[in-house]
Amino acid sequence: MAKITFITTDNKTITLEGTSGSVMQLAVDNSVPGIDGDCGGVCSCATCHVHVAPEHQTKTGEATEIETDMLELNDYANEQSRLCCQIEISDALDGIVLQVAESD
Amino acid sequence: MSDILTKESICVVIGASHAGVNLAFSLRKEGWEGSILLFDKDPEIPYHRPPLSKTYLSNEEVNVLKSAESYQKENINLNLGVLVRSINRTDKTIMLSDGTNQAYDKLVLATGARPIIPPISGIETATHLYPLRTAEDVGHIRNAFHTSKNKRVVILGGGYIGLETAASIKKLGGTVTVLERETRILARVTAPEMSDFFMNLHAENGVEVLTDKNVTAINGTNGVNMVICTDESQFEADIIVIGVGIRVNSELANSAGLVIENGILVDETACTNDKDIFAIGDCTFHYNPHYNRHVRLESVQNAVDQAKVAAAAICDKHPVYNTIPWFWSDQYDAKLQMVGLSEGYNETLIRKEESESTKISIWYFKDDILLAVDAINNPKAFVLGTKFIKDGSKIDKSKLVDVSVPLKPDELLFL
Repeated sequence: MAKITFITTDNKTITLEGTSGSVMQLAVDNSVPGIDGDCGGVCSCATCHVHVAPEHQTKTGEATEIETDMLELNDYANEQSRLCCQIEISDALDGIVLQVAESD
Repeated sequence: MSDILTKESICVVIGASHAGVNLAFSLRKEGWEGSILLFDKDPEIPYHRPPLSKTYLSNEEVNVLKSAESYQKENINLNLGVLVRSINRTDKTIMLSDGTNQAYDKLVLATGARPIIPPISGIETATHLYPLRTAEDVGHIRNAFHTSKNKRVVILGGGYIGLETAASIKKLGGTVTVLERETRILARVTAPEMSDFFMNLHAENGVEVLTDKNVTAINGTNGVNMVICTDESQFEADIIVIGVGIRVNSELANSAGLVIENGILVDETACTNDKDIFAIGDCTFHYNPHYNRHVRLESVQNAVDQAKVAAAAICDKHPVYNTIPWFWSDQYDAKLQMVGLSEGYNETLIRKEESESTKISIWYFKDDILLAVDAINNPKAFVLGTKFIKDGSKIDKSKLVDVSVPLKPDELLFL
């Protein structure tokens, strides 16, 4: 079980609990605004963009090359960017905070 | 405030796949406070369709669009396994298969499409012959595959559905043959170089892809089909998968007197010729201002984006559907991402990145205008192509094909 906190673009805090699947799926199932996951989680649409708080980046790991490539021209991408369909939920994620990124 | 945005208003949505479901949830986001009733004849909770031909053949877990609780939370009334028989525009009601009527203030048609079953002699009596459009279809294919001894699968049609299915079945250990009627696969949607790439990819993975194969008959004996072509070649098949295209489900709209062309005709707000009836997704022939013409698209992107536009329009906002279409396909380890519509191109440029031989992008131009990009294992080319098409950028073609020049906006544009 991992508690995952999303901070939406209008600064609302939503804390959810998950055991498996991707962070994107958890967010979509709970209608977190700003996370659409249109492609279903195959890293093809970039509609699940989040920023991982710097102190939690070791828990989520680094973005893969395909994620950084997908966000290459995104005005809101930075070194904390991840596409959360690529973050698998496990106990290791417990307590992380994710800021939902603005969209272009 | 408009009188439509009241708690008493009713929005009825026919079809609960990507378009219909996204419309329902988008309506809530846009502030619709009235009832939302979703109807679909498929009894399954709405699911993602792209994985059906990709991962779903091996992974039985359906990837749902929204959890059952999400519908409850947003007060969306999901009615599954229900067929809608007709629309009465005068009374503003629909009639359901059990004979009851349901009133609406706004009606949204998200009726999608169904697979074409080609008129081939013996096709009705062939054993283990399936189209691939629904989770139920895939369930049939999966069951037939697991109980089949020889696991010889013949796929009719070398489009994306056929090729993705071929890759998935090969991964499960079947013997797969794809029969394409045209002289090359993906002929309708891509350049010859892409057809070559995918021909080679399938050959490397042990799938036989044959072009110029016009199937005329299927003869069945003892549970095994013999697929016969005009050139007299024959293929034994324990299972046949049909992937030769779709037909738009426009009958309901047509009998209600809505205008049908190459799909249900809608404007840039997804509205039909009846101001209270919208249509979204695969079933629509919609106006796209970027191309200044009507197009019909079969894609998740179109379903989702049109749903958002229609939801906003129903809530009296004034959105315009002006998206550059995009699409993806996964086969083996190749990830294909496409953006734009290549129709009308007169030049293609191919770029192969130095680092990896399978990192390829094809750029479609009409003179100096970039129309579309097909990117294989190259998301950078996909996002850059998207930006260039959107901006109408003028690209230095000699730099584009020079792989020592990085794929970056500043490097590739005329200054």
